[in-house]
Amino acid sequence: MKKMISFLDKKAIAGLRVGDEVFLTGIIYTARDRAHKRLAEAIRKKERLPFNLKGAIIYYCGPAKTPKGRIIGSCGPTTSSRMDEFTLCLLEKGLKGMIGKGDRSGEVAAAIKKYKAVYFLTYAGCGALMASYIRSAEVLAYQDLGPEAIYKLHVEKFPLIVAVDSKGRNIYKK
Amino acid sequence: MKIISAKKITETVSGLCIKANLDLRNDVLSAIKLARSREKNKRAGNILDAIIANAFIARKRKLAICQDTGLPYVFVELGQDVRIKGDLKNAVNKGIEEGYKKGFLRESIVKEPILRGKAGYTPALIQIDIVRGSKLKLTVLPKGFGCENKGQLKMFNPTAKIGEIKKFIVEAVKAAGPDACPPYVVGVGIGGTADYACLLAKKALLRQVTRSQGQCASLPEGDKVTSRSSKLEQDLLKDINRLNIGPMGLGGKTTALAVNIETYPTHIAGLPVAVNISCHALRSATVTL
Repeated sequence: MKKMISFLDKKAIAGLRVGDEVFLTGIIYTARDRAHKRLAEAIRKKERLPFNLKGAIIYYCGPAKTPKGRIIGSCGPTTSSRMDEFTLCLLEKGLKGMIGKGDRSGEVAAAIKKYKAVYFLTYAGCGALMASYIRSAEVLAYQDLGPEAIYKLHVEKFPLIVAVDSKGRNIYKK
Repeated sequence: MKIISAKKITETVSGLCIKANLDLRNDVLSAIKLARSREKNKRAGNILDAIIANAFIARKRKLAICQDTGLPYVFVELGQDVRIKGDLKNAVNKGIEEGYKKGFLRESIVKEPILRGKAGYTPALIQIDIVRGSKLKLTVLPKGFGCENKGQLKMFNPTAKIGEIKKFIVEAVKAAGPDACPPYVVGVGIGGTADYACLLAKKALLRQVTRSQGQCASLPEGDKVTSRSSKLEQDLLKDINRLNIGPMGLGGKTTALAVNIETYPTHIAGLPVAVNISCHALRSATVTL
Protein backbone atom coordinates (compact mmCIF):
# COMPACT_ATOMS: atom_id res chain seq x y z
CA MET A 1 0.00 0.00 0.00
CA LYS A 2 1.21 3.49 -0.77
CA LYS A 3 1.97 5.78 2.14
CA MET A 4 0.18 9.06 2.79
CA ILE A 5 2.00 11.96 4.39
CA SER A 6 0.92 15.49 5.24
CA PHE A 7 4.05 17.04 6.72
CA LEU A 8 7.61 16.05 7.45
CA ASP A 9 8.08 15.62 11.16
CA LYS A 10 10.72 13.32 12.65
CA LYS A 11 8.43 10.32 12.62
CA ALA A 12 7.26 10.75 9.02
CA ILE A 13 10.84 11.22 7.81
CA ALA A 14 12.07 8.16 9.67
CA GLY A 15 9.30 6.13 8.04
CA LEU A 16 10.36 7.00 4.49
CA ARG A 17 12.69 4.60 2.70
CA VAL A 18 14.41 5.11 -0.62
CA GLY A 19 12.15 3.88 -3.43
CA ASP A 20 8.92 4.34 -1.45
CA GLU A 21 6.01 5.78 -3.36
CA VAL A 22 4.05 8.24 -1.25
CA PHE A 23 1.23 10.75 -1.60
CA LEU A 24 1.57 14.17 -0.03
CA THR A 25 -1.37 16.26 1.12
CA GLY A 26 -0.26 19.58 2.57
CA ILE A 27 1.73 22.73 1.91
CA ILE A 28 4.75 23.03 -0.36
CA TYR A 29 6.69 26.05 -1.63
CA THR A 30 8.04 26.43 -5.14
CA ALA A 31 11.58 27.72 -5.58
CA ARG A 32 13.98 27.34 -8.48
CA ASP A 33 17.28 28.85 -9.56
CA ARG A 34 16.89 32.54 -8.82
CA ALA A 35 14.68 32.09 -5.77
CA HIS A 36 17.39 29.81 -4.37
CA LYS A 37 20.03 32.40 -5.05
CA ARG A 38 17.97 34.98 -3.17
CA LEU A 39 17.14 32.67 -0.27
CA ALA A 40 20.82 31.77 0.14
CA GLU A 41 21.75 35.44 0.01
CA ALA A 42 19.11 36.32 2.61
CA ILE A 43 20.44 33.59 4.90
CA ARG A 44 23.98 34.86 4.47
CA LYS A 45 22.91 38.39 5.34
CA LYS A 46 20.80 37.08 8.22
CA GLU A 47 17.65 38.64 6.71
CA ARG A 48 14.12 37.48 7.33
CA LEU A 49 13.01 34.73 4.94
CA PRO A 50 9.67 34.84 3.10
CA PHE A 51 8.57 31.59 4.77
CA ASN A 52 9.65 29.50 7.70
CA LEU A 53 12.10 26.87 6.49
CA LYS A 54 11.71 24.71 9.60
CA GLY A 55 10.04 21.51 8.45
CA ALA A 56 9.27 23.03 5.05
CA ILE A 57 9.09 21.26 1.69
CA ILE A 58 10.43 22.99 -1.41
CA TYR A 59 9.25 22.06 -4.90
CA TYR A 60 11.75 22.85 -7.69
CA CYS A 61 9.22 24.28 -10.08
CA GLY A 62 8.50 27.36 -12.18
CA PRO A 63 4.87 27.07 -13.26
CA ALA A 64 3.48 28.20 -16.59
CA LYS A 65 0.89 30.99 -16.43
CA THR A 66 -2.46 30.24 -14.85
CA PRO A 67 -5.24 30.01 -17.45
CA LYS A 68 -8.52 31.74 -16.59
CA GLY A 69 -10.68 29.62 -14.30
CA ARG A 70 -7.84 27.32 -13.26
CA ILE A 71 -5.90 27.09 -10.00
CA ILE A 72 -2.51 26.92 -11.66
CA GLY A 73 -0.91 26.29 -15.04
CA SER A 74 1.36 23.43 -16.01
CA CYS A 75 3.72 22.82 -13.07
CA GLY A 76 6.10 19.87 -13.23
CA PRO A 77 9.53 19.62 -11.57
CA THR A 78 12.73 21.16 -12.90
CA THR A 79 16.25 19.66 -12.74
CA SER A 80 17.24 19.46 -9.07
CA SER A 81 21.02 19.41 -9.47
CA ARG A 82 21.04 23.10 -10.41
CA MET A 83 19.89 23.82 -6.87
CA ASP A 84 22.65 21.74 -5.25
CA GLU A 85 25.00 24.64 -4.58
CA PHE A 86 22.30 26.46 -2.55
CA THR A 87 20.83 23.45 -0.75
CA LEU A 88 23.22 23.05 2.19
CA CYS A 89 22.39 26.37 3.82
CA LEU A 90 18.65 25.70 3.44
CA LEU A 91 18.98 22.29 5.12
CA GLU A 92 20.95 23.96 7.89
CA LYS A 93 17.98 26.28 8.44
CA GLY A 94 15.57 23.40 8.84
CA LEU A 95 14.38 22.52 5.32
CA LYS A 96 13.10 18.94 5.46
CA GLY A 97 11.85 18.04 1.99
CA MET A 98 12.77 18.74 -1.60
CA ILE A 99 10.85 17.68 -4.70
CA GLY A 100 12.40 17.69 -8.15
CA LYS A 101 13.78 15.55 -10.94
CA GLY A 102 17.13 13.87 -11.45
CA ASP A 103 20.10 13.09 -9.22
CA ARG A 104 21.76 15.18 -6.49
CA SER A 105 25.42 15.74 -5.71
CA GLY A 106 27.17 13.53 -3.18
CA GLU A 107 27.51 16.58 -0.96
CA VAL A 108 23.75 17.18 -0.94
CA ALA A 109 22.99 13.50 -0.33
CA ALA A 110 25.38 13.57 2.66
CA ALA A 111 23.72 16.73 3.98
CA ILE A 112 20.28 15.13 3.62
CA LYS A 113 21.56 12.34 5.86
CA LYS A 114 23.17 14.76 8.32
CA TYR A 115 20.06 16.94 8.72
CA LYS A 116 17.59 14.03 8.47
CA ALA A 117 15.71 15.32 5.44
CA VAL A 118 14.27 13.71 2.29
CA TYR A 119 14.60 14.28 -1.44
CA PHE A 120 11.64 13.21 -3.57
CA LEU A 121 11.06 12.78 -7.27
CA THR A 122 7.79 13.43 -8.99
CA TYR A 123 6.62 12.83 -12.57
CA ALA A 124 8.99 14.76 -14.81
CA GLY A 125 7.75 16.43 -17.95
CA CYS A 126 4.15 15.99 -16.83
CA GLY A 127 3.20 19.54 -15.86
CA ALA A 128 -0.45 19.27 -16.89
CA LEU A 129 -0.88 16.14 -14.80
CA MET A 130 0.85 17.71 -11.79
CA ALA A 131 -1.51 20.69 -11.93
CA SER A 132 -4.38 18.33 -11.18
CA TYR A 133 -3.01 17.66 -7.67
CA ILE A 134 -3.00 21.30 -6.64
CA ARG A 135 -5.89 22.71 -4.65
CA SER A 136 -4.70 26.28 -4.16
CA ALA A 137 -1.82 28.45 -5.28
CA GLU A 138 -0.63 31.92 -4.33
CA VAL A 139 2.49 33.91 -5.03
CA LEU A 140 4.20 34.33 -1.69
CA ALA A 141 7.39 36.21 -2.52
CA TYR A 142 9.78 37.41 -5.23
CA GLN A 143 6.93 38.25 -7.58
CA ASP A 144 9.35 40.19 -9.78
CA LEU A 145 10.93 36.87 -10.76
CA GLY A 146 7.81 35.86 -12.69
CA PRO A 147 7.79 32.06 -13.06
CA GLU A 148 10.70 31.90 -10.61
CA ALA A 149 8.69 33.52 -7.81
CA ILE A 150 7.94 31.54 -4.66
CA TYR A 151 4.44 30.05 -4.76
CA LYS A 152 2.70 28.57 -1.76
CA LEU A 153 0.83 25.48 -2.96
CA HIS A 154 -1.71 23.36 -1.19
CA VAL A 155 -1.44 19.92 -2.73
CA GLU A 156 -3.62 16.85 -2.41
CA LYS A 157 -2.36 13.32 -2.95
CA PHE A 158 0.65 14.70 -4.79
CA PRO A 159 2.60 11.63 -6.02
CA LEU A 160 6.20 11.29 -4.87
CA ILE A 161 9.01 8.76 -4.96
CA VAL A 162 11.66 8.86 -2.23
CA ALA A 163 14.97 9.36 -4.05
CA VAL A 164 17.30 10.13 -1.12
CA ASP A 165 16.12 9.11 2.34
CA SER A 166 17.22 10.34 5.76
CA LYS A 167 19.82 7.56 5.92
CA GLY A 168 21.42 9.01 2.79
CA ARG A 169 20.39 6.10 0.56
CA ASN A 170 20.09 7.25 -3.06
CA ILE A 171 17.78 5.68 -5.63
CA TYR A 172 20.33 6.41 -8.38
CA LYS A 173 23.27 4.79 -6.58
CA LYS A 174 22.42 1.14 -6.33
CA MET B 1 5.02 35.40 -57.20
CA LYS B 2 3.01 34.88 -54.06
CA ILE B 3 2.43 37.64 -51.53
CA ILE B 4 2.14 36.77 -47.84
CA SER B 5 1.46 39.47 -45.27
CA ALA B 6 3.33 39.88 -42.03
CA LYS B 7 -0.03 39.70 -40.27
CA LYS B 8 -0.70 36.25 -41.71
CA ILE B 9 2.71 35.10 -40.47
CA THR B 10 2.03 36.46 -36.99
CA GLU B 11 -1.33 34.69 -36.81
CA THR B 12 0.18 31.44 -38.04
CA VAL B 13 3.10 31.50 -35.61
CA SER B 14 0.75 32.34 -32.74
CA GLY B 15 -1.36 29.28 -33.51
CA LEU B 16 1.73 27.07 -33.86
CA CYS B 17 2.99 28.06 -30.38
CA ILE B 18 -0.26 26.91 -28.82
CA LYS B 19 -0.51 23.73 -30.89
CA ALA B 20 3.10 22.72 -30.21
CA ASN B 21 2.87 23.34 -26.46
CA LEU B 22 -0.57 21.87 -25.75
CA ASP B 23 -0.94 19.10 -28.28
CA LEU B 24 1.81 16.48 -28.13
CA ARG B 25 3.01 15.38 -31.57
CA ASN B 26 1.18 12.24 -32.66
CA ASP B 27 4.40 10.50 -33.69
CA VAL B 28 5.88 11.18 -30.23
CA LEU B 29 2.75 9.97 -28.45
CA SER B 30 2.70 6.81 -30.60
CA ALA B 31 6.35 6.15 -29.81
CA ILE B 32 5.67 6.51 -26.07
CA LYS B 33 2.68 4.16 -26.30
CA LEU B 34 4.75 1.63 -28.22
CA ALA B 35 7.50 1.85 -25.60
CA ARG B 36 4.87 1.40 -22.88
CA SER B 37 3.63 -1.81 -24.48
CA ARG B 38 7.18 -3.18 -24.59
CA GLU B 39 8.33 -2.03 -21.15
CA LYS B 40 8.59 -4.84 -18.60
CA ASN B 41 9.87 -2.81 -15.66
CA LYS B 42 6.81 -2.03 -13.52
CA ARG B 43 7.86 1.40 -12.31
CA ALA B 44 8.99 2.40 -15.81
CA GLY B 45 5.58 1.32 -17.11
CA ASN B 46 3.79 3.42 -14.48
CA ILE B 47 5.84 6.48 -15.39
CA LEU B 48 5.11 5.99 -19.09
CA ASP B 49 1.40 5.76 -18.18
CA ALA B 50 1.71 9.11 -16.37
CA ILE B 51 3.40 10.63 -19.44
CA ILE B 52 0.57 9.39 -21.68
CA ALA B 53 -2.07 10.64 -19.20
CA ASN B 54 -0.31 14.01 -19.12
CA ALA B 55 -0.58 14.36 -22.91
CA PHE B 56 -4.31 13.74 -22.76
CA ILE B 57 -4.85 16.10 -19.80
CA ALA B 58 -2.89 18.83 -21.61
CA ARG B 59 -5.08 18.48 -24.69
CA LYS B 60 -8.34 18.30 -22.79
CA ARG B 61 -7.71 21.06 -20.26
CA LYS B 62 -5.69 23.24 -22.61
CA LEU B 63 -2.65 23.23 -20.35
CA ALA B 64 0.96 23.20 -21.47
CA ILE B 65 2.36 19.66 -21.74
CA CYS B 66 5.33 20.88 -19.67
CA GLN B 67 5.68 24.05 -17.61
CA ASP B 68 8.93 24.68 -19.45
CA THR B 69 7.37 25.96 -22.64
CA GLY B 70 10.85 26.29 -23.95
CA LEU B 71 12.95 28.63 -25.94
CA PRO B 72 10.91 29.14 -29.12
CA TYR B 73 13.02 27.97 -32.05
CA VAL B 74 11.40 28.90 -35.36
CA PHE B 75 12.35 27.32 -38.66
CA VAL B 76 11.32 29.31 -41.71
CA GLU B 77 11.47 27.71 -45.14
CA LEU B 78 10.93 30.56 -47.51
CA GLY B 79 10.20 29.87 -51.17
CA GLN B 80 12.22 32.22 -53.37
CA ASP B 81 9.06 33.20 -55.26
CA VAL B 82 7.34 34.44 -52.11
CA ARG B 83 7.23 38.11 -51.31
CA ILE B 84 6.68 39.02 -47.68
CA LYS B 85 4.71 42.18 -47.14
CA GLY B 86 6.18 43.58 -43.94
CA ASP B 87 9.01 42.51 -41.65
CA LEU B 88 9.41 38.73 -41.43
CA LYS B 89 11.38 38.50 -38.17
CA ASN B 90 9.18 41.04 -36.41
CA ALA B 91 6.12 39.14 -37.59
CA VAL B 92 7.50 35.89 -36.17
CA ASN B 93 8.38 37.43 -32.80
CA LYS B 94 4.99 39.11 -32.60
CA GLY B 95 3.40 35.73 -33.27
CA ILE B 96 5.43 34.18 -30.45
CA GLU B 97 4.37 36.95 -28.04
CA GLU B 98 0.71 36.54 -29.00
CA GLY B 99 0.66 32.75 -28.96
CA TYR B 100 2.54 32.40 -25.67
CA LYS B 101 0.26 34.96 -24.03
CA LYS B 102 -2.91 33.42 -25.38
CA GLY B 103 -1.83 29.90 -24.46
CA PHE B 104 -0.84 30.91 -20.88
CA LEU B 105 2.65 29.63 -21.59
CA ARG B 106 5.70 30.55 -19.57
CA GLU B 107 7.96 33.55 -19.89
CA SER B 108 11.31 31.80 -20.00
CA ILE B 109 13.56 34.09 -22.04
CA VAL B 110 15.99 36.54 -20.44
CA LYS B 111 17.31 39.20 -22.78
CA GLU B 112 20.71 39.39 -21.12
CA PRO B 113 22.39 35.98 -20.76
CA ILE B 114 24.81 37.16 -18.08
CA LEU B 115 22.87 39.87 -16.28
CA ARG B 116 19.61 37.88 -16.72
CA GLY B 117 16.85 40.40 -15.81
CA LYS B 118 13.09 39.96 -16.14
CA ALA B 119 11.97 36.98 -18.19
CA GLY B 120 9.78 37.43 -21.28
CA TYR B 121 8.58 35.46 -24.30
CA THR B 122 10.98 36.67 -26.98
CA PRO B 123 13.17 36.92 -28.99
CA ALA B 124 12.73 33.58 -30.68
CA LEU B 125 15.63 31.95 -32.47
CA ILE B 126 14.77 32.20 -36.14
CA GLN B 127 16.42 29.98 -38.72
CA ILE B 128 15.66 30.95 -42.30
CA ASP B 129 16.27 28.73 -45.34
CA ILE B 130 15.60 29.99 -48.84
CA VAL B 131 14.18 27.21 -51.01
CA ARG B 132 12.68 26.83 -54.46
CA GLY B 133 8.99 27.47 -55.02
CA SER B 134 6.31 29.79 -53.76
CA LYS B 135 5.49 28.37 -50.34
CA LEU B 136 6.31 29.47 -46.84
CA LYS B 137 6.76 26.73 -44.28
CA LEU B 138 6.77 27.72 -40.61
CA THR B 139 7.78 25.40 -37.79
CA VAL B 140 7.81 26.25 -34.07
CA LEU B 141 9.95 24.02 -31.85
CA PRO B 142 9.66 25.08 -28.19
CA LYS B 143 12.85 23.62 -26.75
CA GLY B 144 12.85 22.89 -23.03
CA PHE B 145 16.14 23.68 -21.37
CA GLY B 146 16.49 20.78 -18.96
CA CYS B 147 17.40 18.73 -22.02
CA GLU B 148 18.98 21.54 -24.04
CA ASN B 149 21.56 21.84 -21.25
CA LYS B 150 22.74 18.32 -22.08
CA GLY B 151 23.78 19.04 -25.68
CA GLN B 152 27.33 18.13 -26.75
CA LEU B 153 29.69 18.75 -29.65
CA LYS B 154 32.89 16.94 -30.55
CA MET B 155 35.24 17.62 -33.44
CA PHE B 156 36.56 14.19 -34.43
CA ASN B 157 39.57 13.48 -36.59
CA PRO B 158 38.54 12.54 -40.12
CA THR B 159 40.09 9.12 -39.56
CA ALA B 160 37.91 8.41 -36.52
CA LYS B 161 36.32 4.97 -36.41
CA ILE B 162 32.54 4.66 -36.39
CA GLY B 163 32.85 3.01 -32.97
CA GLU B 164 34.36 6.19 -31.51
CA ILE B 165 31.48 8.26 -32.86
CA LYS B 166 28.92 5.83 -31.47
CA LYS B 167 30.64 5.87 -28.10
CA PHE B 168 30.52 9.67 -27.97
CA ILE B 169 26.78 9.72 -28.72
CA VAL B 170 25.95 7.00 -26.19
CA GLU B 171 28.13 8.71 -23.56
CA ALA B 172 26.28 11.99 -24.16
CA VAL B 173 23.02 10.24 -23.32
CA LYS B 174 24.65 8.61 -20.30
CA ALA B 175 25.83 12.02 -19.11
CA ALA B 176 22.28 13.38 -19.41
CA GLY B 177 21.30 10.44 -17.18
CA PRO B 178 18.09 10.93 -15.21
CA ASP B 179 18.14 14.74 -15.31
CA ALA B 180 16.67 15.72 -18.66
CA CYS B 181 13.35 13.82 -18.62
CA PRO B 182 14.05 10.48 -20.27
CA PRO B 183 12.92 8.70 -22.41
CA TYR B 184 14.80 10.94 -24.81
CA VAL B 185 14.73 11.65 -28.49
CA VAL B 186 18.36 11.95 -29.53
CA GLY B 187 19.10 14.36 -32.35
CA VAL B 188 22.50 13.93 -33.98
CA GLY B 189 24.21 16.13 -36.56
CA ILE B 190 27.24 14.79 -38.40
CA GLY B 191 29.32 16.83 -40.81
CA GLY B 192 29.38 20.47 -41.90
CA THR B 193 31.16 22.72 -39.41
CA ALA B 194 31.04 22.96 -35.61
CA ASP B 195 28.04 25.28 -35.69
CA TYR B 196 26.31 23.53 -38.59
CA ALA B 197 26.55 20.10 -36.94
CA CYS B 198 24.72 21.59 -33.93
CA LEU B 199 22.00 22.97 -36.17
CA LEU B 200 21.65 19.59 -37.91
CA ALA B 201 21.28 17.90 -34.52
CA LYS B 202 18.49 20.32 -33.63
CA LYS B 203 16.79 19.87 -37.01
CA ALA B 204 16.92 16.11 -36.57
CA LEU B 205 14.37 16.54 -33.77
CA LEU B 206 11.83 17.80 -36.30
CA ARG B 207 11.78 14.50 -38.10
CA GLN B 208 9.17 11.88 -37.27
CA VAL B 209 10.34 9.67 -34.43
CA THR B 210 8.34 6.61 -35.36
CA ARG B 211 10.45 5.81 -38.40
CA SER B 212 14.05 6.70 -38.94
CA GLN B 213 14.46 7.52 -42.61
CA GLY B 214 17.88 9.14 -42.57
CA GLN B 215 16.52 12.25 -44.22
CA CYS B 216 15.30 15.53 -42.87
CA ALA B 217 12.08 16.91 -44.29
CA SER B 218 13.02 20.37 -43.15
CA LEU B 219 16.23 20.50 -45.16
CA PRO B 220 16.03 22.22 -48.53
CA GLU B 221 15.83 19.74 -51.37
CA GLY B 222 19.37 20.30 -52.63
CA ASP B 223 20.73 19.62 -49.15
CA LYS B 224 19.09 16.27 -48.66
CA VAL B 225 21.62 13.58 -48.14
CA THR B 226 20.71 9.94 -48.12
CA SER B 227 23.26 8.13 -46.07
CA ARG B 228 23.87 5.00 -44.14
CA SER B 229 22.61 6.79 -41.06
CA SER B 230 19.43 4.72 -40.89
CA LYS B 231 21.32 1.62 -39.75
CA LEU B 232 23.44 3.73 -37.46
CA GLU B 233 20.25 5.15 -35.92
CA GLN B 234 18.92 1.67 -35.19
CA ASP B 235 22.24 0.48 -33.75
CA LEU B 236 22.54 3.53 -31.51
CA LEU B 237 18.96 3.19 -30.30
CA LYS B 238 19.70 -0.38 -29.24
CA ASP B 239 22.91 0.64 -27.45
CA ILE B 240 21.21 3.55 -25.68
CA ASN B 241 18.29 1.41 -24.56
CA ARG B 242 20.76 -0.99 -22.98
CA LEU B 243 21.96 1.77 -20.62
CA ASN B 244 19.04 0.99 -18.26
CA ILE B 245 18.46 4.68 -17.53
CA GLY B 246 14.75 4.34 -18.25
CA PRO B 247 11.89 6.79 -17.62
CA MET B 248 12.92 9.37 -14.99
CA GLY B 249 16.22 7.53 -14.76
CA LEU B 250 14.72 4.82 -12.55
CA GLY B 251 15.58 1.90 -14.81
CA GLY B 252 13.91 0.07 -17.67
CA LYS B 253 14.58 -0.42 -21.32
CA THR B 254 12.97 2.80 -22.49
CA THR B 255 15.86 5.28 -22.35
CA ALA B 256 15.32 6.72 -25.82
CA LEU B 257 12.33 6.71 -28.14
CA ALA B 258 14.40 7.38 -31.24
CA VAL B 259 17.78 8.43 -32.57
CA ASN B 260 17.53 10.79 -35.55
CA ILE B 261 20.71 11.54 -37.47
CA GLU B 262 21.22 14.24 -40.08
CA THR B 263 24.39 14.40 -42.12
CA TYR B 264 26.04 16.97 -44.39
CA PRO B 265 29.26 17.05 -46.41
CA THR B 266 32.28 18.23 -44.48
CA HIS B 267 35.98 19.14 -44.87
CA ILE B 268 38.75 16.58 -45.50
CA ALA B 269 40.37 17.60 -42.21
CA GLY B 270 37.38 17.13 -39.94
CA LEU B 271 34.33 15.23 -38.73
CA PRO B 272 32.06 17.30 -36.46
CA VAL B 273 29.48 15.39 -34.42
CA ALA B 274 26.79 17.15 -32.37
CA VAL B 275 24.18 15.69 -30.05
CA ASN B 276 21.00 17.57 -29.18
CA ILE B 277 18.86 15.76 -26.66
CA SER B 278 15.11 16.21 -26.34
CA CYS B 279 13.04 15.18 -23.36
CA HIS B 280 10.06 12.88 -23.95
CA ALA B 281 7.91 15.97 -24.42
CA LEU B 282 9.34 16.69 -27.87
CA ARG B 283 7.13 19.47 -29.15
CA SER B 284 6.85 21.09 -32.56
CA ALA B 285 4.17 22.17 -34.99
CA THR B 286 4.34 23.10 -38.68
CA VAL B 287 2.15 24.93 -41.16
CA THR B 288 2.80 25.57 -44.86
CA LEU B 289 1.31 28.73 -46.35
